[in-house]
Amino acid sequence: MDALTENWDLILDGFLNTLQLLLGAGALALVVGTLIALFRVSPVPVLRGTGAVYVTIFRNSPLLVLLLITYYGLPQLGINPSFYWKIILAMGLYTGAFVAESLRSGINGIPLGQAEASRSLGFTFGQSMTQVVLPQAFRNVVPPLASVFIALTKNTSLAMSFGVAEAAFRMKGLVNDYATERWTIFIGIALGYIIIVEAISLGAALLERRWRAER
Amino acid sequence: MKIRRTKIAVIAAAAALTLAGCGDAGNDDGDNGDGGSDGFSPEVVEDASFDDGTRMAEIAKDGKVKIGVKFDQPGIGFKSATSDTPTGFDPNMGKILAAKLGIPADKIEWVETISDNREPFLQNNTVDFVIASYSITDERRQVVGQAGPYYVTGQQLLVAADDDSINGPDDLKGKKVCSVTGSTSIKTVEEQYGATPAGFDTYSECVEQLKTGSVDAVTTDGAILAGYAAEDPDALKVVGEPFSEERYGIGYNKDAAGMCEFINTTLEGAFEDGEWEAAFDDSLGKGGIDLPETPTLDPCP
Repeated sequence: MDALTENWDLILDGFLNTLQLLLGAGALALVVGTLIALFRVSPVPVLRGTGAVYVTIFRNSPLLVLLLITYYGLPQLGINPSFYWKIILAMGLYTGAFVAESLRSGINGIPLGQAEASRSLGFTFGQSMTQVVLPQAFRNVVPPLASVFIALTKNTSLAMSFGVAEAAFRMKGLVNDYATERWTIFIGIALGYIIIVEAISLGAALLERRWRAER
Repeated sequence: MKIRRTKIAVIAAAAALTLAGCGDAGNDDGDNGDGGSDGFSPEVVEDASFDDGTRMAEIAKDGKVKIGVKFDQPGIGFKSATSDTPTGFDPNMGKILAAKLGIPADKIEWVETISDNREPFLQNNTVDFVIASYSITDERRQVVGQAGPYYVTGQQLLVAADDDSINGPDDLKGKKVCSVTGSTSIKTVEEQYGATPAGFDTYSECVEQLKTGSVDAVTTDGAILAGYAAEDPDALKVVGEPFSEERYGIGYNKDAAGMCEFINTTLEGAFEDGEWEAAFDDSLGKGGIDLPETPTLDPCP
């Protein structure tokens, strides 16, 4: 247990970095994902096409490839943000594609009549989306969105080899230092991830319950 | 958890391969930093005999030996994409050991080991020896055997050639310093000198990050850094004196009877008959590093 008890400050620091990456990339993913979902259901063909191309590219590329592009491609173009922002950028854009698709399924789950009714009341497309359709769509997709963010949580561990000292980075350091306590270290770090993921699941369950009552 | 770690390992391996590939493309044009050691071939003992029941007897009888080395450290242990066998000081030491077991270099099976899998590889007998810039530590000696040291080096700093702000480890406070994730070097600069650690999978990735200015310095054993500085002297330089002591040992399975005595005897012999020096000259020596004094071996447990 020494490996964990003597280094709890390092481990905690690691998980704080993990959380930072999760929040940053998650926020970007939500914004981008919502935008792309709107593109995909919009009446304008160009926007629909853009949305489809975005999802095709970012959902189908391995996250590692996106990270490599961000780390080795962008600097050649003269764009060189810090490691933290590079990770947020790659993971946010990647996860955004999944958010968009979840949200689109939620939007499609809202009866077309509602959009038509709001349009006939004089709402613009944007208004009918933001006032009528999206609020309901978000309620429908809480469970799949939670899965998307859980996947993102675990994906952030890739950052350990990309210059960010997050939880998995700490794990690797400890494993090398404490050759006799590998199991303890693995289980301890896994537990940390489980706690984060459980928090997301609980939050999702809470949202689900509250929003269902409103209907 | 186990499955996910495996996945990460696979992804990491894929990344390492991809990146190793990138690095190599630039190295093909007449670089000598990785010290081609095709020329180094220690004299193979004709009919090596060992006491029955020892691991050495088994290996000698099989006529082949599996040795774990690094594949990504120029001068120490390096295998280019176009080559079948790794070159460097560590593989040369492996050849010396094999020769004493009566096994010629072409009967050695080279296995790539990374920092993480050295202990498991020894414990599971995936390899017979690990000679992979494997620093001797008390913690490691609890799970595997480590004989030696056969080389004593120290951690140094590699910075951009035009950077005058870093002249030694004391200048590192708050600077981003890159090394391999999980290494002792990255821990030292963080804990003792207050640097911000930036971990990557390989040293070549770190050097890449240094060149784009994403990190301020790269740190690891001076021997490895010298290899990179020699490849690109206009952009990179090694600064400061070594500020840690790494004692490279030869790893073996703790259960292998008589192994430590065999390795120590072999090392003593190689120190005396000049084969150790030849192994060094053929690898790190080519990169312009001076021959160190012969290290004093730790007694066997």
